Amino acid sequence: MSTASHAHDHAEDHGHDHGPPRGLTRWIYTTNHKDIGTLYLLFSLLMFFVGGSMALVIRAELFQPGLQIVNPDFFNQMTTMHALVMIFGAVMPAFVGLANWLVPMMIGAPDMALPRMNNWSFWIMPFAFTLLLSTLFLPGGGPAGGWTLYPPLVLQTGDAFPFVILAVHMMGASSIMGAINIIATILNLRAPGMTLMKMPMFVWTWLITAYLLIAVMPVLAGSVTMLLTDKFFGTSFFNAGGGGDPVMFQHIFWFFGHPEVYIMILPAFGIISMIIPTFARKPLFGYASMVYATASIAFLSFIVWAHHMFTVGMPLAGELFFMYATMLIAVPTGVKVFNWISTMWRGAMTFETPMLFAIAFVVLFTIGGFSGLMLAMAPADFQYQDTYFVVAHFHYVLVPGAVFSIMAAAYYWLPKWTGHMYDEKLGQWHFWLSTIGVNVLFFPQHFLGLAGMPRRIPDYALQFTEFNMMSTVGAFMFGFSQLLFAYNVIKTIRGGAKATDKVWEGADGLEWTLSSPPAYHTFTTAPEIR
Amino acid sequence: MAITRFTKWGATGLAAAPFLMWGAGARAELGLNMPQGVTAVSREVYDLHMLIFWICVVIAIGVFGVMFWSIFHHRKSRGAVPAQFHESTLVEIVWTVVPMLILIGMAVPATKTLVKMYDSREAELTIKVTGYQWRWQYDYLDQNVGFLSVLSTPTAQIRNTAPKGEHYLLEVDNPMVVPVGKKVRILTTAADVIHSWWVPELGWKKDAIPGFINESWTLIEKPGIYRGQCAELCGKDHGYMPIVVKAVPEAEFKEWLAQMQAKNKPNPKTANDDNSTVKIAGGQTL
Ligand SMILES: [Cu+2]
Repeated sequence: MSTASHAHDHAEDHGHDHGPPRGLTRWIYTTNHKDIGTLYLLFSLLMFFVGGSMALVIRAELFQPGLQIVNPDFFNQMTTMHALVMIFGAVMPAFVGLANWLVPMMIGAPDMALPRMNNWSFWIMPFAFTLLLSTLFLPGGGPAGGWTLYPPLVLQTGDAFPFVILAVHMMGASSIMGAINIIATILNLRAPGMTLMKMPMFVWTWLITAYLLIAVMPVLAGSVTMLLTDKFFGTSFFNAGGGGDPVMFQHIFWFFGHPEVYIMILPAFGIISMIIPTFARKPLFGYASMVYATASIAFLSFIVWAHHMFTVGMPLAGELFFMYATMLIAVPTGVKVFNWISTMWRGAMTFETPMLFAIAFVVLFTIGGFSGLMLAMAPADFQYQDTYFVVAHFHYVLVPGAVFSIMAAAYYWLPKWTGHMYDEKLGQWHFWLSTIGVNVLFFPQHFLGLAGMPRRIPDYALQFTEFNMMSTVGAFMFGFSQLLFAYNVIKTIRGGAKATDKVWEGADGLEWTLSSPPAYHTFTTAPEIR
Repeated sequence: MAITRFTKWGATGLAAAPFLMWGAGARAELGLNMPQGVTAVSREVYDLHMLIFWICVVIAIGVFGVMFWSIFHHRKSRGAVPAQFHESTLVEIVWTVVPMLILIGMAVPATKTLVKMYDSREAELTIKVTGYQWRWQYDYLDQNVGFLSVLSTPTAQIRNTAPKGEHYLLEVDNPMVVPVGKKVRILTTAADVIHSWWVPELGWKKDAIPGFINESWTLIEKPGIYRGQCAELCGKDHGYMPIVVKAVPEAEFKEWLAQMQAKNKPNPKTANDDNSTVKIAGGQTL
């Protein structure tokens, strides 16, 4: 199989062949899935630091009660922007980047099915985020009504408002194109013999995620367009004075927003399901049940949205429906966790950096799952809603959940992508500092929320001081340890010990049959599938 | 008090331990857990919260216990040889059905509590709470009393030029006064953007939505002062619109009411002025 891929190793010297052109134009005009994957991942890393800096502004202000560093309006701009940048700029593009690099190599395809659209969907992103971030410098500042954009508050945004809506539209267009491309690739370009139920879990989870994206991104686009017409064209979709309903926005938004949550975690499930078998040297336990569990979670994600709105005053029947449906999600999620642990059971484990991140994912994501189950109980949610308990919950699933899975993936496949081993010692340092930091950062926030601290406030009552201080210490520890990650990645790209083709002793899958780094074009002839 | 809470939370173990220690020495009334509150409903909510919490702790100990046992014993450096098993329909069924049963066990008490919280019949007093950017208005509908309630913490304390008082950010000029032992119906609405009225000791919060009226109720058993805050982001001073509820014996409440009736007419500015239509959530009319 791998012989086919070596054919192009010398291609760069020949003008007539498909080697990468040199210089900036390589990246601007590229239609190569590996180049576009790299662009997505580097963009995501940049946005991770931008969004992280905003988080540090928030945590610095919250180190003590009283206003020290920023004024309340700028604080609200930071919380809003931090969320938009991290969700749409860091986590989602990272997963799309991983899909670009890995899906063709995992299914034995020569490239993505729609390479020119692929280029477009990436190159929209820098413009969308330039637009979004530039609103911070407009009169009235950036958006400050929260990333959930609830009216009527969001309609009080200054000049930034239409720019934010346009930026959201651009991100949405990019995501939809990325999703179409991934579906087209997976359904059409699998190598002969690669049946659906033989696909690696990462490919499966991304296939399901892509369908979620196509289903809900247009809903987001619709809801923000309605905000736009309410503001500028005299409609009253969300204005009770004109016969509309501000709560209707929340229903529409969360119909997008809840599947969005799974868009950010299903590919993570896929990554973890690839890494644990490699380092346990044992096949994934319950492959078929993993596929069905992923599909069930995706289905349920469409019928639980109003658990974000238990306090808006829904009728009793509505509360009960959304409570029961939400609790049900615990079942397929539990199946996943049990399968991962059964995969480890009686394996022969080693603990390189990707495995450490994967294990931390399983533990800390599960803690986020527990708090999620607590939040599902409507009567208790009347207390939890809009407090730091919620902040702790979703950061546990997003940071040591989604973000850790991305880090695990980066360490796991970096040797394949670059041909160099990363610095293992540095990786282990990064892991331990991140894991300790993230827990010091977010664990105390559970206590803050239960004790009564609302979220999105720049200042707080005195009894919340100690845990806020701890949280801030954890935030700076976590934030600065990510510099180790960036350093390690750059160092690996530039050089290092030569990686073997298989890289990991227990690795299994088509991508490991290619050379490290793989040729610019791979699987130009389809591989044979056992 | 704090010590018993520590033992409860300590069970989560994991990363929590070091900062729990730190917290213990810091402040006697340092909040770690949801308050039990001062109403029958708030205690039920607390019990439900603790029930789910303990279920999660037990599951966590089981699941993480197995995992860490495996991590310790099934490692290559200890000479482990990997098994090759990779599926079992029976165990998949077991770990689908068992969690389902646990969930049903949790859903039953949750449903009961929820039904109770939704039953606001036979209230003896109705107070309409209106959220404004950034203050609350309280209207005692049948008593012809209404007033605004604004943060009373001096700006100097917020700007760190004066030492902060005991109830920093949780104090207002005019608290909402209610009688103990009476079922009070609370109608929440707003005049500009969405707010959320929340006093943890009462066991719930409810959004205040412009153009709509939400209905809740409470029956406070113990006289006292209970503090809360706006819980829904409502603009720049969202962090500065606290809620103070003063629960007093019936006689004292009557006295207060008479005083208020004598000195102020109901505030003419209500949410209705800002919106031509007012719909009632849940389809009821008022
Ligand atoms: Cu408010």
